[in-house]
Amino acid sequence: MERQKTDYLWIGVFGVLVAFAIPWFLWGDARTWLGLPLWLWWHIGWMGLASLTFALFTRRGWDRLMNVEPDEVGFDG
Amino acid sequence: MAESALLVQLGVIGAYLVVALTVGVLAYRLTGRDAEDYYLASRSIGTGVLLFTTFATLLSAFTFFGGPNLAYAAGPEWILVMGVMDGILFAILWYVIGYRQWLIGKAQGYVTLGEMLGDRFGSKRLRALVAGVSIFWLFPYVMLQQMGAGEAIVGLTNGTVPYWIGAAGITLFMIVYVVLAGLRGVAWTDTIQGVFMLGIVWIAVGWVLSAAGGLDAVSASLAETNPEFLSLGGGVYSPQWMIAQAVTIAFGVAMFPQINQRFFVAKDARVLKRSFALWPVLVVLLFVPAFLLGSWAAGLGVSVPDGANVVPVLLNAYTPAWFAALVVAGAMAAMMSSSDSMLLSGSSYLTRDLYRPFVNPAATEQREAWIARVGVAAFAIGTFVTSLFRPGTLVEIGDTAFGGYAQLALPVIVALYWPRTTRQGMFAGILGAQLFYVAHVFLPAVTVGGITVLGTTYFTWDFALYGMVLSLVLTVGGSLITATDTDERSETFAVGVRAE
Repeated sequence: MERQKTDYLWIGVFGVLVAFAIPWFLWGDARTWLGLPLWLWWHIGWMGLASLTFALFTRRGWDRLMNVEPDEVGFDG
Repeated sequence: MAESALLVQLGVIGAYLVVALTVGVLAYRLTGRDAEDYYLASRSIGTGVLLFTTFATLLSAFTFFGGPNLAYAAGPEWILVMGVMDGILFAILWYVIGYRQWLIGKAQGYVTLGEMLGDRFGSKRLRALVAGVSIFWLFPYVMLQQMGAGEAIVGLTNGTVPYWIGAAGITLFMIVYVVLAGLRGVAWTDTIQGVFMLGIVWIAVGWVLSAAGGLDAVSASLAETNPEFLSLGGGVYSPQWMIAQAVTIAFGVAMFPQINQRFFVAKDARVLKRSFALWPVLVVLLFVPAFLLGSWAAGLGVSVPDGANVVPVLLNAYTPAWFAALVVAGAMAAMMSSSDSMLLSGSSYLTRDLYRPFVNPAATEQREAWIARVGVAAFAIGTFVTSLFRPGTLVEIGDTAFGGYAQLALPVIVALYWPRTTRQGMFAGILGAQLFYVAHVFLPAVTVGGITVLGTTYFTWDFALYGMVLSLVLTVGGSLITATDTDERSETFAVGVRAE
């Protein structure tokens, strides 16, 4: 089966999720907000974003990227 | 320590363990006697239970005591490592390895990783190699749980109850549990414990914060005593170290017998999808508060005695004795569910991949079940005895085990996706990387011509990463230069009608 552009897009999205899970641009930064370091707030937000992205992926890309038909695995997407 | 407090602590821990055991016995009465049911609960595990049973399996002494200890000593950046590793990388592997294995396992009826690979490559030896390597690295990881339990009891009772009693207690409990319950029991208690731990750790945070004057006060005292903790990086936390930890642990976790076997048990694809999407949120909910407790303890001037863990000591200082005991009981229970799952999976590797194919192909079901249980008991006693020597810190020992499993991950991924992979390539990749890794763990570093060989890093990067690269190169290279044998069946790994 031909790979579609969106398949590569998903791979890119996962790459970005991994790459910025540690906020490298805040390296050495000790600023805090509401008693917690800024980089910790970044972490909390990023994990939330990752969860939403993963949820979207399960609807749009999950079976496509694995080359299976949803009905083949007993669930309609 | 006051005698009444000690009684309360031991009473709370004892009561908790009895509840956990009761659940196991109930599950035992529902468990069938065949292997699919004992090891896989008949592939009938739903979202909530799969999510928590995998999660609780990760919730070991490594994360619950080792992590806060590290945050206490070096700052809370470990949260970020766990985030990349567990929240994102592992979730992706959950899909890349887990979903693929689930599809293949469902079609072919596999129960273990070694069985799957051995069948695909037509090689009993490959099957045994994968099982043997997996059982080998299980040893330090089970030992880690026993050390964690021993240290937790020391910290909680201020040394009144010695280390070996905690370690021996958990050993006994996990043997009884695995022998009785099977996966259904383990999965049920994992779920209860996962929910319990999640709740209790937030209550602990609230309690410590209110007793210590609120988040701002705690944060201010941390900024005064350990200003470097608030800034990202520094000390042990270099980018190379953080990346190496996250990558080796994430890939290692996917190859853990107890985690990998979970990839076969989901009831349907929906269960896998939901767990996948909920994963990062669960990671934040648990690890952020747990590791912050460790760092705050440093700011609050809590001093941790030798051989104890920071969490019980901190809770003893800021919360009532019964509550501290409850948290420790929960953590010990979490460690037990990790160990139970590990031992259970390890025993299925032992009987299905080693005993039956090589020793006694005609063994009856009863005999196999008996071998599995004796194997579990012998293994747990062996790790217990070794744990008495305290061969390293929790994080060091955990790292060694994770790194060993990580060496398996890339050959498995190659095999799952590349039909051209050959048996020889698999042997080259798995054996080569294991030899490389084992040499680095057990042999002393030597300097040859100004270059340190067998040290912990090359060019500041951890040797485990080089081992993973080596495993990939050997698997792909070995497959390219060897021919597929007639009894290798790449079609067993073909997935989906669109595959052609």
